Amino acid sequence: MTQAERPLSPHLQIYKWQLPMAMSIVHRGTGLALAGGAIFLVWWLLAAAGGDQAFAAANWFFGSWLGLIFLFGWCFCFFYHLCNGIRHLAWDAGYGFEIGTAYASGYVVVAAAIVLTLIAFVAGLVVAA
Amino acid sequence: MAETPLRTPLSRARGLGSAKEGVQHWWGQRVSALALVPLGLWFCASLVGLAGAGRGALVAWLHGPAAAILTILTIAAVFYHGVLGVQVVIEDYAPSEGTKVACIIAARLLALLLAVAGIYAVLKLALGK
Repeated sequence: MTQAERPLSPHLQIYKWQLPMAMSIVHRGTGLALAGGAIFLVWWLLAAAGGDQAFAAANWFFGSWLGLIFLFGWCFCFFYHLCNGIRHLAWDAGYGFEIGTAYASGYVVVAAAIVLTLIAFVAGLVVAA
Repeated sequence: MAETPLRTPLSRARGLGSAKEGVQHWWGQRVSALALVPLGLWFCASLVGLAGAGRGALVAWLHGPAAAILTILTIAAVFYHGVLGVQVVIEDYAPSEGTKVACIIAARLLALLLAVAGIYAVLKLALGK
């Protein structure tokens, strides 16, 4: 069969970077990170079910510097994916496609994700202290 | 079906019918996303409240029926939504049909294993002494 001369979507190397496409990539990236992070959630729950010793080991990890960096990253991925996911649901319902609106909602999502991440993470640190 | 020169490519494409599973995947991803907006926020707030707490606090929290039920629902929705997303990524990047099918099967089985493990841990904590 002869290949139809269809237009190809531009490759990332020559595509001009702009907010909506960057946010789309980050949405996928954060989604993958959250799927990976969910493995840690199951590990934490299994550790708790396993008893005091296993739970202490898991809690030690999440309280370590590496664990805190992991939790901060997880927090950002969660709030970004949540806020941008709501933006996607609005698009699915047919709202917000105008270029100006799409940029505005993008900036709102990024700002909301950063603010919510800081609130949740600081609240966690305060509760833990 | 053997290629017959009497049929145009368009007619062959039409003969393939619908994508069969696409609509269900699309709706499943959106409905689980909607469910995860309140569930995710509630679970994240609960984890912040449990930050740094010992195993006893987690067990006491999961002994409440609302917490146990909502946590199980969160785990189910997270892995359902997660594996649907991972499937799209696999479909976009898998170099061959065989790799694609193998990766999707592996992702689905892994998601099921993790979801059951997580729910088991919650049930053990919620119903145990």
